[in-house]
Amino acid sequence: MPSPLVAPITETLRDFGKPRINRAPSPTLAFSVPWLSVMLGSLSPLSLFITSAPLLPPLGLLLLLAWQQQRPGMFPVWAGLPLGLFDDLFSGQPFGSAVLLWSAVMIGLDLLEARLPWRGVALNWLVASGVVTVYLLLAALIAQLEAGAVPLYILAPQVAISILAYPVAAWFVGLLDRFRLIPIRNL
Amino acid sequence: MVAPGKRRPGHSRRAQYGTFYGFLLALAGLGIGAVLLVTTLGDGGAFTGARVAATDVAAPVGKLNAEGRSKTQGFFAVVSGYFKRGSYVSGLEREVAEARVKLSEQAALKDENQRLKALLSLTEQDTKPVTIARLIGSTSTSTRRFAILGAGSRQGVMKGMSVRSPLGLVGRVLEVGTSSARILLITDSESTVPVRRAEDGVQGYAIGRGDGTLQIKLAVTGINPFKKGDAIVTSGSGGLFRPGEAIGVVVALTPDGAIAMPLSDPGMTEFVTVEPAYVQVPEPATPAPAGAR
Repeated sequence: MPSPLVAPITETLRDFGKPRINRAPSPTLAFSVPWLSVMLGSLSPLSLFITSAPLLPPLGLLLLLAWQQQRPGMFPVWAGLPLGLFDDLFSGQPFGSAVLLWSAVMIGLDLLEARLPWRGVALNWLVASGVVTVYLLLAALIAQLEAGAVPLYILAPQVAISILAYPVAAWFVGLLDRFRLIPIRNL
Repeated sequence: MVAPGKRRPGHSRRAQYGTFYGFLLALAGLGIGAVLLVTTLGDGGAFTGARVAATDVAAPVGKLNAEGRSKTQGFFAVVSGYFKRGSYVSGLEREVAEARVKLSEQAALKDENQRLKALLSLTEQDTKPVTIARLIGSTSTSTRRFAILGAGSRQGVMKGMSVRSPLGLVGRVLEVGTSSARILLITDSESTVPVRRAEDGVQGYAIGRGDGTLQIKLAVTGINPFKKGDAIVTSGSGGLFRPGEAIGVVVALTPDGAIAMPLSDPGMTEFVTVEPAYVQVPEPATPAPAGAR
């Protein structure tokens, strides 16, 4: 038994988040967490690492892919437009690159989902790997239109890291999904 | 698990229209993206305002992270130091011995230099740095190589100023916000820096390759004079960069030049100094080096 001094706090903590008849998730939290998490991922250029070659996975896109595959229909099909616009502000790519590519990704995922409604961890990872690889290649080609040519092999480490990072992103999205649906609102 | 179907939302006409218009909007997003892209490619300065404002707003996040970065890098350096200590110390001793010899040579050169300068009645002009600031981010997901500086017009940073670390040139200021600025790193494929070989002054250009190295192209094509280990410094032509600033060391040869490794790794430098452009030229007369905007 916990000591009487700390008991009330542990009691409330244990109660916190338990499904109860008079509790419901907060709609604000449930709605905003997915959008905010993707936008936070887009802020990764301001992160801990300053690299001399493209190295970090496109975190915003990875989180968007993970959300869309774990919770199909959570983001509307047009989410690529506003989220891509935000990503373009920080990514360093020519402006409009993410709007175009993320919109294409969202439409592509929607079409794919109609064809392959049966999903599993392996298939999700495979789809995400394919999407990220093609995305990074196209993004590099778009960047070349603005600046000089860059040898495409320098993308190889980034593609590998991005593919390995997808399961982590998916795990994180699962965590956020549970967080956003915590029943904290008293009915 | 089979995903719940959402393309046929039942008999509700409202829901059906919702799906339809959602798809239309997504296609519009595709079109808007293409239009934005074409506008940007046509006019490089098209959306700098929005970008700069966004970076200004998000700069505090980067500043916080920059402090974390200097700590974590110290941590990794300490751990790796334990493993590399023996060979490191012997390497240092060798370097010190070499450096002593070089230092005496330098002293002689400096002396000669002063006499020659006196002969030409040239005066030494020391440029004062505009500000000292942290790099608070870099475009680590894109093949473009930009860094974000934690200082802007409020600190006196202006477009075209050069940014350097104690180890050498880092890049030049491309876009300026009130409290942040975007730096075009010398390793970006759009950056061209006029350079020369330190020992004999063979002229050339250093063009970024996007992977952290530089392509050195000879100004006058001919027999490739470079060899591994050559030190490359700025030549000062064009007036943007001060002459004699360290850029990198040749690590490999190509048919028409060399590949150089920059000395200043922006990821490892904690503070950088911002300096005014070397020669102040009136705006219209500025010779536009490739990629200058």
